[in-house]
Amino acid sequence: MDGIDKTTLWTVIILLGLGSFGLRFVFTGIIGDRSMPEWVLRHLRYTAVAVLPGLVAPLVVWPAATQGQIDPPRVIAALVTLGVGYFTKNVLAAIGLGACSLYAALYLFG
Amino acid sequence: MSDTHTNSTYWQGVRDSLPFLLVISPFGILFGVVATEAGLNLLETMSFSIVVIAGAAQFTALQLMSEHAPTFVVLASALAVNLRMAMYSASLTPHLGAAPLWQRALIAYFTVDQSYACSITAYENNPGWSTRQKVAYFFGTVTSVCPAWYVMTYVGAMIGTAIPPELALDFAVPITFIAIVAPMLRTPAHRAAAATSVVLALVFSFIPYNLGLMVAGVGGMMAGARVELWQNRKEQEVA
Repeated sequence: MDGIDKTTLWTVIILLGLGSFGLRFVFTGIIGDRSMPEWVLRHLRYTAVAVLPGLVAPLVVWPAATQGQIDPPRVIAALVTLGVGYFTKNVLAAIGLGACSLYAALYLFG
Repeated sequence: MSDTHTNSTYWQGVRDSLPFLLVISPFGILFGVVATEAGLNLLETMSFSIVVIAGAAQFTALQLMSEHAPTFVVLASALAVNLRMAMYSASLTPHLGAAPLWQRALIAYFTVDQSYACSITAYENNPGWSTRQKVAYFFGTVTSVCPAWYVMTYVGAMIGTAIPPELALDFAVPITFIAIVAPMLRTPAHRAAAATSVVLALVFSFIPYNLGLMVAGVGGMMAGARVELWQNRKEQEVA
């Protein structure tokens, strides 16, 4: 891999930092104490469950580590993590068993 | 008296977020490793994690820079990945909006997936908390999670290229996010939001710059809100 241009790198670090702060500040900082309508709040209740699954789904189905090819061990590990987390409500148990199932499946399929 | 209350919510925040150290650590190490492999030196790698403090966006930006994408594409894609921070910010506003501006600015900088997920769950479970208690809880979650992000990035940069690909560290990220989300799927509305998001993200993955994720996020929120309305109406009919 030939190097990343230093000017580009620092431009990205600084502007991405400012932009990310802006995104994080836009509501908490600017709207502050003003109340928001009920329909907005109803949508906001589902922010986390609406964004994170969409972030993860392509990583599970088309992992970069297998050049975007569907990979049974990774799908199995994702399903195990989901099942354990859903039924036990325990984040750590879900991560632990998910990781174990990934290594077990990689060993079996590999 | 109120000081002891904020003190105890602060420590509750610290305790509740401790499990996420197991999540942050591999993710931070992974970023340090990947950045070093891409040719970044220690100062550059650490600046990335401290200035941006958003794992997924950092990985996105790094990947695109390695592919020599134009700077505006790098920024647009990474900020699109981070657009969920605006949604977190909006979702925290009813709880933290009454805090002083300097606190809200600090809260904004430290708004990450884990501090948000911990805090919003605690606020929903403790509707009686004052703004000060909520702020104290938020900074409790930040205390364990964010320094770990910096330290583990450093560890990763030190380890560099020594981690073998067989360890499949790439999958630490999806497993982490799934484990965070799964316990949240406690109502039909939450499950509908998540399912809609997955389907839309896969269907619209062809849209460049991660904008498919925005379609999935907005669609998931609309599905959740819609199902919540249906549920409420059904309960009213039964009652």
